[in-house]
Amino acid sequence: MLAYVTRRLWQTIPTLLGVVLLVFFLFTWVGGDPAYLLAGKISNPEQIENIRRQLGVDRPYYVQLWIFIQQIATGDFGESWATNERVSAIFATRLGPSLTVLVPLLAVDTLLAIAAAMLVAYVRGSLTDRMVMISCTVGQSISILVYIIVFQYVLAYQLGWFPVQGWGKGFAENLLKYSILPIIVGVIVSVAPDTRLYRTFFLDEINQDYVRTARAKGMSEARVMWVHVLRNASIPIITNVMIQLPGLLAGAFLIERFFSIPGIGREVILAVERSDFPVIKAVTIYVAIATMIINLIADLLYRVADPRVQLK
Amino acid sequence: MTQAVALAIGVQRAESPGLWTLAWRRFCRDRVGLASFLIVVFFFGLMAASGLHLIAADWSKEVGVNYAPPTFMGPEVADGGPSAPGSHGGERTGVENPFDPLAGVLAEIRAASGAASVAEAQSPTLVFGGDRWGRDVLQKTIKGTETSMFVGLVAALLAAFLATVFGALAGYYGGWIDDFFNWFYSVFTSIPYLLLILAIAAVLNQKGTLTVILILGLTGWTGIFRLVRAEYLKHKVREYIQAADAIGASHARRMFVHILPNVSHVVLVQLSLHVVLFIKSEVVLSFLGFGVGVDTVSWGSMLNEAQSELILGYWWQLAAATLAMALLVTGFSLFTDALRDALDPKLK
Repeated sequence: MLAYVTRRLWQTIPTLLGVVLLVFFLFTWVGGDPAYLLAGKISNPEQIENIRRQLGVDRPYYVQLWIFIQQIATGDFGESWATNERVSAIFATRLGPSLTVLVPLLAVDTLLAIAAAMLVAYVRGSLTDRMVMISCTVGQSISILVYIIVFQYVLAYQLGWFPVQGWGKGFAENLLKYSILPIIVGVIVSVAPDTRLYRTFFLDEINQDYVRTARAKGMSEARVMWVHVLRNASIPIITNVMIQLPGLLAGAFLIERFFSIPGIGREVILAVERSDFPVIKAVTIYVAIATMIINLIADLLYRVADPRVQLK
Repeated sequence: MTQAVALAIGVQRAESPGLWTLAWRRFCRDRVGLASFLIVVFFFGLMAASGLHLIAADWSKEVGVNYAPPTFMGPEVADGGPSAPGSHGGERTGVENPFDPLAGVLAEIRAASGAASVAEAQSPTLVFGGDRWGRDVLQKTIKGTETSMFVGLVAALLAAFLATVFGALAGYYGGWIDDFFNWFYSVFTSIPYLLLILAIAAVLNQKGTLTVILILGLTGWTGIFRLVRAEYLKHKVREYIQAADAIGASHARRMFVHILPNVSHVVLVQLSLHVVLFIKSEVVLSFLGFGVGVDTVSWGSMLNEAQSELILGYWWQLAAATLAMALLVTGFSLFTDALRDALDPKLK
């Protein structure tokens, strides 16, 4: 186990190096000279030269790349170009609100999708099954933007059940007052594709021999479905949930923006609008690192779910 | 890739019962698939007609009063819109809404912008309503359909092309070439899709249809690459490739003349899937203001305008863009499912 984890971590180094090179390439060559962006309209050559020296963009590329790698290793990306806030401080303060919304969102979505998918897989081919599948397809085809706009307008603006947007001070207030509507919208958007996907996983298992054996032993239908089938269908489900986790760290961009939740997703959109390169660079690199770690955890979880899985 | 598409379209005319003819026959038996195919064809026709300026050519003309309601609602809907049915008995002005808080400002703007727009007769209602400047929402939706579909289609073609070339090289040659492309793949997939798109949008820092196509196409090849590579791995050891090798076919010929037609159905299904994905991404990008330029209308930019209009009670632009998009995406998704079933009958 330990040997496996060590080897896997060792293997991520080339990939990580690739991500660093990709981000460096994007922001150094494609992005153009940041000094012109920063100096703005009222710039003279002297000012631009100053800014270039401050940022280090007048040095050779390999020196810049080395500085970038040092920044990643120490976690010190300097200051935001737009607000002069330290990038590390931005991370520290924005991660909380993102997780407050997204952890319950992912949990509710996963449980609902598993239950719904199991139900329709159990009554496959029936009218219920077809109606649920059709509404999932249609629901999926409507843009997330429309869900947010309409729900915010009807439930918050017109009916006043929830605050239209905003964020409070305490955790409980945030979770119980400001997060409810974003969570509802997020669940509605993600439950449709997840239900469709999980249904196929359950259908793959539901005709297997072990299901018939379990029934023949006289087990209740609930136990057959929730214990036997669920455990066997759990590997692709774990994969799918794990795939969504990195996105969780980057935040749900649109939800955070619409509901003015001061999370990482909103910060990224603001940074893109303001060409705030240090923030975008830092988010991209750290989310990529998190993705690799999460992939490793997913592989270890397979082993927990199914002892037959060999880690090699 | 274009060949595969051409094949799919030309299938009806083919005489010999090849793979594509059989697939077409299976496809015709699928009623849902056929209906969704008609929807997709309809939207393609719309896109082509709009692109050739046959319809919706003068979508930017201010033909109605600002926020003209749809014809079926009549011109008298007052300030609250559908949310305030009690206000129906309000003053009937027909031309200008007296309670519109922006009316004064807009009148000033229109007066300042010259007599040209004022001189034209502006109708109090439009077929599916008007937007802030009194442009016909129906024509605007058609124009938006053209933009969004064009972006999705071209970006998907670009992504499929890249993925096919990369996947063919990696799967066919194996060895260090395979390692290189797999490394490239894992680099791209370790950054969440939307974050990567936003990072590139930040770097490019310019709007425009071409920019969106490039962003989506250059980042979206990973999923297709994986499948194409797996197919090439499977096919390169088959007998017919050994036979091609024996008669002296070059590597390129074996890759793209012998193997490609045999894996093109995988690419075609993925292409169709990615059109939908890219249309959705374009809408989000344009909504956030990182997408198409300000002088272009797409579903995303329409939804952006619709957001503030809804607060004022003008729901028709939102409804039009949503309906058009939902119809196309549902149609395209069902069409993709049917296509997959027809091309790969072993699956289900």
